[in-house]
Amino acid sequence: MKNSLIIIAFFILGVLGALFLRIPKSMFNANLTLYSLYLLMFLIGISIGSDTKVWKIIKNTNIKIVLVPLSIIVGTLLGVILSSFFIKNISLKDLTAVGCGFGYYTMSSIFITKVSGEALGVLALLSNVFREIITLLFAPVLVKYFGKLAPIASGGATSMDVTLPVITKFVGKDYAIISVFSGAVLTILVPFLIAFILK
Amino acid sequence: MLIIIVLLLAGILCGFLLRKKKRVIILADKLTNWTIYLLLLLLGIAIGSNKKIINNIGNIGINAIIIALGTIIGSILVSYIVYLLYFKKAKDEK
Repeated sequence: MKNSLIIIAFFILGVLGALFLRIPKSMFNANLTLYSLYLLMFLIGISIGSDTKVWKIIKNTNIKIVLVPLSIIVGTLLGVILSSFFIKNISLKDLTAVGCGFGYYTMSSIFITKVSGEALGVLALLSNVFREIITLLFAPVLVKYFGKLAPIASGGATSMDVTLPVITKFVGKDYAIISVFSGAVLTILVPFLIAFILK
Repeated sequence: MLIIIVLLLAGILCGFLLRKKKRVIILADKLTNWTIYLLLLLLGIAIGSNKKIINNIGNIGINAIIIALGTIIGSILVSYIVYLLYFKKAKDEK
């Protein structure tokens, strides 16, 4: 949670800097963004690969755990179609790419900006930040009405880290493994799905 | 685009091989945080200097909320079906 706030603070700092201090965009070479993105992808890989927790879960759990991230993917796609009725000027393809951030706003926004430009990138940033915030705020309500998988589904990719404490608190420790597994699968899938959709 | 996927997979492999070297992993995590800060700062600057986006931020925000709510509702409903079919019963029987 603290880290999310720092991340958002850096983003806002950038926006305000550009608005009020007139930091020219050209001051930062476009290559800096590109190479930072390359570095980030490699580092995220390291953090996923070194997470022994995830490997252990994969080794000794029931196959039906796979249904959780799968249902979140299907549900997210249906949700994108639903929201496309209310959003007129953005193509379903672009909306799908944004939705497939699954709340993982850093990766999805940076990645989508690189491929499709800033307008779609900022939409990816905001909608995925909202997904995380709504999950953090409404986890207890969701559990009450839609069962123990609901906050895990709502959290999407964030259920392995940012929203995990809230989920464990309101759903119980026995679902923490499912939460971490589902979040990890979705986290790994974010760049693949976005690349596939926007190619 | 391909290079990004390759780098991610290379990272996963390196991370798996280095998983016992705690200091390297902690260093990688710190570096990850700072790379994310830098990228979001750069994204902020790019967006702040893009007049079209700034003038339209209200609309973008509303669309973002619609997408967030849509994807959350969709995910919850489908996972609720999975929960009722496969998880609830199994847990109760225990």
